[in-house]
Amino acid sequence: MADFFLLAVLTLDATLRVSTPLIFCAMAGIFSERSGIIDISLEGKMLMSAFVAAAIAAVTGSPWLALAGAVAAACAMALLHGFACITHKGNQVVSGVAINILASGLTAVLGNAWFQRGGQTPTLDASSRFMPITLPMADTLGQIPIIGTIYKHAISGHNGFVYLGFAVVPLTWWILFRTRFGLRLRAVGENPQAVDTAGLSVTALRYRAVLMCGVLTGLAGAYISIAQNAVFVRDMTAGQGYIALAAMIFGKWRPFHALGACLMFGLLDAVAIRLQGVHLPGIGEVPVQFIQALPYILTVVLLAGFIGKAVAPKAIGTPYVKER
Amino acid sequence: MSDQTRTLPRWIDIGLIPLINVAMALVVSGVIILAIGENPIDAVVIMLHGALGYEEGVGYTLYYATNFIFTGLAVAMAFHAGLFNIGGEGQAYIGGLGVGLAMLGLDHVLPMGLLIPIAILMAAAGGALWALIPAYLQAYRGSHVVITTIMFNFIASALMVYLMVHVLIEPGQQSPESREFAANAQLPFIYQVLGWFGIPMAKSPANLSLVWALICCVGVWFYIWRTKWGYELRAVGFNERAAIYGGVRPARVIILTMCLSGALAGFVGLNEIMGVQHKLLLDFTAGYGFTGIAVSLMGRNHPLGIILASLLFGVLYQGGADLAFDVPNITREMVVAIQGLIILFSGALAYMSTPWITRLYFRLHDGATPSDPPKPAHEEA
Repeated sequence: MADFFLLAVLTLDATLRVSTPLIFCAMAGIFSERSGIIDISLEGKMLMSAFVAAAIAAVTGSPWLALAGAVAAACAMALLHGFACITHKGNQVVSGVAINILASGLTAVLGNAWFQRGGQTPTLDASSRFMPITLPMADTLGQIPIIGTIYKHAISGHNGFVYLGFAVVPLTWWILFRTRFGLRLRAVGENPQAVDTAGLSVTALRYRAVLMCGVLTGLAGAYISIAQNAVFVRDMTAGQGYIALAAMIFGKWRPFHALGACLMFGLLDAVAIRLQGVHLPGIGEVPVQFIQALPYILTVVLLAGFIGKAVAPKAIGTPYVKER
Repeated sequence: MSDQTRTLPRWIDIGLIPLINVAMALVVSGVIILAIGENPIDAVVIMLHGALGYEEGVGYTLYYATNFIFTGLAVAMAFHAGLFNIGGEGQAYIGGLGVGLAMLGLDHVLPMGLLIPIAILMAAAGGALWALIPAYLQAYRGSHVVITTIMFNFIASALMVYLMVHVLIEPGQQSPESREFAANAQLPFIYQVLGWFGIPMAKSPANLSLVWALICCVGVWFYIWRTKWGYELRAVGFNERAAIYGGVRPARVIILTMCLSGALAGFVGLNEIMGVQHKLLLDFTAGYGFTGIAVSLMGRNHPLGIILASLLFGVLYQGGADLAFDVPNITREMVVAIQGLIILFSGALAYMSTPWITRLYFRLHDGATPSDPPKPAHEEA
């Protein structure tokens, strides 16, 4: 029983770690899509910033510079997306796909040219990374049964990014639903004509939303390469951007619902690793591939309206043209 | 006279502007090559030689181009109906699975003459099946085809890993691959066919599916522009409401179009599994589904344009492989980056150059300067 409890706590611990980039990206997606800009390119922005973070950390040894570089890189990609979708009214999905493919190619080419390791960066040492933080009295309180175990293993000992990720969710909610900027941002995603008529700039609002998306995906990328791992490897985001997209839709474009979806997908991931080769009573061996595919399957089922209806912001995907 | 009423001549709209877009993508690619300390001109020379300079290289170029024709046609077919099919990758995967299963089951039973049509049917069925569900959900349940096809790419990938690792793997084998097909289940290579007529050619993976790809081009052209269904398809893509008013049922058109689109993507399985690999294995789609987006955008969604764009991408892929071999500083992924840039400039930024080209054209033409940029002409090839 005690073993099972510890296993559950450790699974929870793993869940929080793998959910963190999903949470950042899902919040990033919410900002962008609530303003009416589809963002397929979460994956590409995260990959690019992960690469830039690892490259800067490897060269300068400073994790803070690396973090700044990662955020700048993701913002640059976000501005490119904005330039295509807002300024030139291009197809948002096409632009997003282009950014994902560009990031996948560019990180591999630059990585190989700069470090000559087949697209990898050198492995980073502890001083050039963000390391886990042990919360106060984790060892002392860890002696207490149950609550102490949870505190020591699941709550303490995470990377600063993990705590930041959980702070970003209420912050996103507050910005979107309790500030004037948030009200306008949501309005521009529902009815840009009305916002324009009110004398506000649709363009400026959408650019700001896209930039917020850039900052958050930059944090996600930096977490992956210089906090969760100590190296950049080719295509290391491995579809997490798409999972975050799925989580965002699953959360129906709402921060706390999306957080729930991220945690659920993170739990699936953590469980998938533990279930490898395990025979479950009555079910038999569950293929790991099935659990890995579950987030995608669930999203399709949700989108089909079988478990509630996911309604996207009304003006999503349509460029705003004045005087129509 | 307002520029709104003035339109550019056709040759600028369908010839010059796409060329400028591709040129911009290539210039940025050149800047990237400069940034990593190599000479872009040398790179182009190596690429062109690698892709077109010798027979084997040409064969490889044609083999890659075959895949791009299939996925490019798939994207274009859906595009004409206003659907964006990002699922080519998954559809190609399941198409290949269909071909593989048929060949594994029948290669010792039937002759090649029967196996080829069966493989074509199975590739089409696999791809169509994988497009059918997103199409149905879009048509009847209101979920967006872009998101569902992305999800289906991942589901296809997980399904294939499961099947290859647990079901179809050859016993006693380490890597997840099926057994090799018997000789009569292998599509003849082009060099073999030419050999039968006494024309010698260097060995290369270009095979008879190239011929099928060209037949598909004609078929797609005929379907879209010469049949009632094609008319309905374009009507839905142009204005769904008007199409309904004209008696078209969009739900049916969406499902039919996506299935055809998926079937076309599925033919990648024909080229890869029956034509080149001769066994089922993982990751044979290698991003061809995504390249199809670039090919279709570059070829302006027209079969002829798609053939030309496919050849260019064939040159990039094969030349890129040679370039990566000759210049270690440049890896094969350079081609992926170029592909991203082409999608960006030919797709998302397609009309970036239109305003100043219009201004330049009318200034040269009659000395008049339009006051503000014109509305981009609707893309119709």
